Amino acid sequence: MTTVRVQTAPQRKRRSIASWTSDQLDLIVTPVLALVLLILLVTVWTYSTFDPTTERILEPAQLARQMWEQTILAFFSTVLVVLIAVPVGILVTRGGAPRVKNSMVSVLGLGQAIPAYGLIVLFFVWLGQGGLTVIFALATFALLPVLRNTIVGLEQVDKSVIEAGRGMGMTGFQSLTKIELPLAVPIIIAGIRTATVINVGMASLAFLIGGGGLGETINAGLKLNRPTAIFIGAVLVALLALIFDFLGGLAQRYLRPKGL
Amino acid sequence: MTQPLIQLQDVTKSYPGVDVPAVKSLNLDVEPGEILVLVGPSGCGKSTTLRLINRMIEPTSGRIIYEGADVTKGDPNALRRRIGYVIQQVGLFPHRTIAENIATVPKLLGWPKAKIRDRVDELLELVSMDPALYRDRYPNELSGGQAQRVGVARALGGDPDVLLMDEPFGAIDPITRDRLQNEFLRLQGELKKTIVFVTHDIDEAVKMGDRIAILRDQSEIAQLDRPENILTEPADEFVENFLGSGAILKTLTLRRVRDIDLDPMVTLKQPVHRGEALTAMNDANTTTAVLLDERDHPLRWIDERALNSTRSSLETSGRPITVQLQPEDTLQDALSSMLQSSAGMSVVVDGRGRYLGCCTIESLAGLLLPHAPGVPSS
Ligand SMILES: Nc1ncnc2c1ncn2[C@@H]1O[C@H](COP(=O)(O)OP(=O)(O)O)[C@@H](O)[C@H]1O
Ligand SMILES: [Mg+2]
Repeated sequence: MTTVRVQTAPQRKRRSIASWTSDQLDLIVTPVLALVLLILLVTVWTYSTFDPTTERILEPAQLARQMWEQTILAFFSTVLVVLIAVPVGILVTRGGAPRVKNSMVSVLGLGQAIPAYGLIVLFFVWLGQGGLTVIFALATFALLPVLRNTIVGLEQVDKSVIEAGRGMGMTGFQSLTKIELPLAVPIIIAGIRTATVINVGMASLAFLIGGGGLGETINAGLKLNRPTAIFIGAVLVALLALIFDFLGGLAQRYLRPKGL
Repeated sequence: MTQPLIQLQDVTKSYPGVDVPAVKSLNLDVEPGEILVLVGPSGCGKSTTLRLINRMIEPTSGRIIYEGADVTKGDPNALRRRIGYVIQQVGLFPHRTIAENIATVPKLLGWPKAKIRDRVDELLELVSMDPALYRDRYPNELSGGQAQRVGVARALGGDPDVLLMDEPFGAIDPITRDRLQNEFLRLQGELKKTIVFVTHDIDEAVKMGDRIAILRDQSEIAQLDRPENILTEPADEFVENFLGSGAILKTLTLRRVRDIDLDPMVTLKQPVHRGEALTAMNDANTTTAVLLDERDHPLRWIDERALNSTRSSLETSGRPITVQLQPEDTLQDALSSMLQSSAGMSVVVDGRGRYLGCCTIESLAGLLLPHAPGVPSS
């Protein structure tokens, strides 16, 4: 019948690891993991002797180019995901079409069930070779987490907060931009972070259709049976993924509205 | 009587997909400056009725007149900025400071910054919260009671003439609720807003309402009257049942201590000798007297046993007076303080704490019993 809200003073200083929040924790775990990988990489690089083939595969300038390509592919496919999924998520939550929303989420779920290389090949058949095709394919593959989180983020906003806003004469647009979106930001960013990490990993398949990236190195290592090359290529992908994940964690932490 | 500020004329609201309308052909006038309480069982359409007034929902048919003009057309957002709206869950914006929350409507109305800042502080003070302390806090740092205070302040932001309140104190613990109700009534005494107040709690309705509309299903008005009239003359069985068995006790919350004749009692003013006291009490043929200090502040109950026990001085015998009433207190307060008091009655003091008289069960009964059914009014 009546509820008494118990108020506890917000605790700012946390001392024991056990009381750290998960996002404080992952801002530490990710760099530590990255550091471990980096040390591993440097060790392997320094102490193994490369035969000429391996040396050709692991040519530093070439690795740098592939990393850059991988980064660009991941970055722009993520941007594309955000540009599509967030507005669509907003549109379908504007009421009126709950069925559209549900069917869209399941269709995109199917999209994610298709293996990523299948998607890339499909897009290749449609759009031809090149990085742009890869970006479209990756964006399709990573659409779901952002769309889902946008929808969930907007729908978890306390209905009474929206009711109060509308009741004071905020327009639907003001309610969206000043209340609903800011309150959904943490969840939307979490989705974007997931999408980024998916895209960094999946960009390793770009080489299939001439899109470049570290997949070239891994593939060459596989074809020519050079485990060191495979290892170094894979570690570099993992490092990139960790860096993107860390940046996502930072965004999650610092773009969260105050007071939440 | 003046022109009603809000008129609902033959208003019906049917939700899509629901056979029976939530509100059916409702006619209701809200007078300027009154608190009109809508009370009724859960699901009878109170919230729907309230939300029709600020067009949070649109009527299926009928007219809603506000200050003489039909407001069922035109911009609903502009209308809502002129009408304060308070809901049970408060709905403070968690990512905005208290000040920003309160500034919502002024900002929407495009007030200049300095005016908004002054308004925020003024409103915080109005709801008894220190602006310096709370202005820059976030809602998650507030208790339930404080949050609802801010909710009320925010609803008053644009200085609306009308306030719609949907079970504003419903989710708050009883003690805080009581305090908020009292504060709100004091506030309303200054502000004189026109208020439509929804509750399912008849006690709250009786306490808050200038008039009460008791609603049954589909927002049908079972009775609309001043609370004392409803309590003493319920229109039908539905109202009687809704009032519950304690209707006569509820009238106690409507009357004040100043409305009853106080028993003067025998008073003993210090310094007083035991002998004088004995004579005074014997002359008046009473067993209990009130000991006052030099400034007429009541100190102790003196009874025969206290007089007879000569071991201690008069000032330390008898029982101390711990609860006092003031003329503004309700008779319900009086009753509960009498039940607590060791003497079975309560002293009444004025604002400075000086003795006015005593409130006894008999004086209470004298006021109530003439109204009670089945008791001859002698
Ligand atoms: N959005 C809605 N859609 C359908 N039915 C509703 C909706 N809101 C309320 N109702 C129904 O209308 C009736 C009145 O509801 P409401 O006005 O909330 O009652 P109260 O506030 O008195 O508890 C109830 O039967 C409720 O189920
Ligand atoms: Mg309700």
